[in-house]
Amino acid sequence: MNKVSVIIRREYLTRVRKKSFIIMTILAPLLMAALVVVMPLMMLSGDKDLKRIAVIQDNTNEFQNVIPDTKNEDFVYLTGTDINDMIKSFDTAGYYGVLYISPRALNNPIIYSKKQPDISLLDHISNSLEKDIEKKKLQEYNIQNLDSILKQIRTNVNPVTKLVDQSGGTTETSTGIAMALAYIGGFLMYMLVFMFGAQVMRGVIEEKVSRVVEVIVSSVKPVQLMMGKIIGVALVGLTQFLIWILLTIGTVGIVKTTVLKKTNMNEITQSMTQNVMEANQAQVPAVKDAAEMSPQLAEFSRIFDNAMNQNWLLIIFSFIFYFITGYLLYASVFAAIGSAVDNETETQQFMLPVTIPIILALMVAMGTMQNPDSPIAFWFSLIPFFSPIVMMARIPFGVPAWQIIVSMALMVITFIAFVWMAAKIYRTGILMYGKKASWKEMWKWLRYSG
Amino acid sequence: MSLFEAKNVTKQFGDFKALDDVSISVPEKCIYGLLGPNGAGKTTLIRIINQITGPDSGTLFLNGKKLLPQDVQSIGYLPEERGLYKKMKVGEEALYFAQLKGLSKAEALKRLRYWFKKLEMVDWWNKKVEELSKGMQQKVQFITTILHEPKLIIFDEPFTGFDPVNANTIKNEILFLRERGATIIFSTHNMASVEELCDNITLINKGKTILEGRVDEIRNKWAGSEYELVFQGDIKLQENGHFKILNRTVENGKSEIRLSANSDVSTNEILNDVMKSGKVISFNPALPSMNEIFIRVVESRN
Repeated sequence: MNKVSVIIRREYLTRVRKKSFIIMTILAPLLMAALVVVMPLMMLSGDKDLKRIAVIQDNTNEFQNVIPDTKNEDFVYLTGTDINDMIKSFDTAGYYGVLYISPRALNNPIIYSKKQPDISLLDHISNSLEKDIEKKKLQEYNIQNLDSILKQIRTNVNPVTKLVDQSGGTTETSTGIAMALAYIGGFLMYMLVFMFGAQVMRGVIEEKVSRVVEVIVSSVKPVQLMMGKIIGVALVGLTQFLIWILLTIGTVGIVKTTVLKKTNMNEITQSMTQNVMEANQAQVPAVKDAAEMSPQLAEFSRIFDNAMNQNWLLIIFSFIFYFITGYLLYASVFAAIGSAVDNETETQQFMLPVTIPIILALMVAMGTMQNPDSPIAFWFSLIPFFSPIVMMARIPFGVPAWQIIVSMALMVITFIAFVWMAAKIYRTGILMYGKKASWKEMWKWLRYSG
Repeated sequence: MSLFEAKNVTKQFGDFKALDDVSISVPEKCIYGLLGPNGAGKTTLIRIINQITGPDSGTLFLNGKKLLPQDVQSIGYLPEERGLYKKMKVGEEALYFAQLKGLSKAEALKRLRYWFKKLEMVDWWNKKVEELSKGMQQKVQFITTILHEPKLIIFDEPFTGFDPVNANTIKNEILFLRERGATIIFSTHNMASVEELCDNITLINKGKTILEGRVDEIRNKWAGSEYELVFQGDIKLQENGHFKILNRTVENGKSEIRLSANSDVSTNEILNDVMKSGKVISFNPALPSMNEIFIRVVESRN
């Protein structure tokens, strides 16, 4: 046992000391955070070209300035221009397109353009016109204080989901958060199992190619070497995972205190809120007072609290459990493969049968988010080769305890069986050179004695 | 008494019989040559001694007791195909191997310091292994093999990759280890070093023992019928019914002649014959080199 710990120590230290590990550990969460911030910003900003759109009204002036300019579109209201002339010349006059509104066909204004206009432009135009037409129709009823009434009746409906537990208590949850967690959990599991499994394989190949292995197995049993390596790499993975959790908790803490608690928000939140506000301006003429801003902050804060309401303990525990067992399962297969080949290029023929279950699991996990209780999600979350990834995608939506227990038990049984088989292949494989390895050959090694 | 003994060891890989009823007995404090052509089964036997693989049948004894898993502590092994972790620092790596052999860190450090100093390697401690030349890496490996002071040391082609100076250093260290009480199994194709170092040998071919015993006895046994003699001046020796001339060279005013006596001809008769031809400087029964014996034995078996 003492020798295994010597091996674990070496495997762990040589990897943790590598620059690539340190960079990856610190940079990955930052990259992730950057992605979370940058992606919405990019989506909000859209493309930077300003499109000018000519608005021509047929015999009316009713819709003058009804459609407000947006960040990307300017609406130019032309009078006394003939629509037919304009259709011919808008391109050369520097317009993106022409919007033609005719009182005879109010429901179907026409947009002339060279290119197919995008959906947000159409939505913007139809929203603005609908609002205006509805308002004018309402005005015909001669209601007093119509404007303030309209402002008063503006509502925003967001369903709140609450999970009921056995004692009847409820917890507010968010489907969006659950989906995000399912996605992150499943994907992270896929990445970690694959990444560290492959690291084990590379380590085995390195030892075999550099011929270190023969010296080592004259001191320790091949199984000890294999397990030492697998455990050492697992500890590297767990270290990385723990640092990521700590960094995330730290970041969350900073966000919570700086963004949500401070009365004067920092610039980032302001610009983020402004982006949302601009989208709203189309409908509500801007009233940028604190009362208008706080609902968004409140929403932000609610999402935040919902995220906190997730069963983090269960998620983190399951993640670590499935990482360890799933990793042991795949890493032992990877180790067996590494022992059977003479160099890394030879591994390719063996990789496919290992990759397929992992990829399949990831695909099922993605489908699981739409329907976490479907039969396919249920069965895949029990079958050991898929369960680490699929179960991680199911847990944020709530999974009955017995399913988790059965899945975990199957996982343990399977990984023990696989480690045992891998060890048998490994001890023969590491000392075989020049023999073209195949599945058949490995099956033979599996049955060799001592 | 034998330090190590293998009795009737057989090992089969699929249809291929790597070792067929091989027995060796290695006396204490001797250098024991394990010889044989490529693919003869030497490496398999060595791996069995190291308990890297187990025999299908047969028993192994160390110090008269059955070989046990923990006996790897008492064995040092330098494989022919050797290597080190390229990215590790020399000192750390040496320490790692020492700890795998069961040495405590403090003890390993103490011994490593001694050996690094003795073999003039102190400057290498913090270098990465990949920065060392092949010969330097071999030296590191040599130290890691013997650091835990094993009773039985197995060297598989220990001199490959060394320049003559370092090869000599290593040779002296091997002799020094024997003096300190270690028993050495030495596997090589280099027959000159066998003559120089080995006390006993076993020659294996195709999984079977075909020759074994003390080196001097084997050479004497195979000697028998050949003689080397040196004459003053350019002497032409006439063949007669007693002997055939195998080889004749004239150098520095001396004639060196190698002849082979016909059967049932005594040394005295040969001496009588040659003395008439000129001034004899020396006359010796020619001991065949291990190389010749090796080739002859292996070829006769094929």
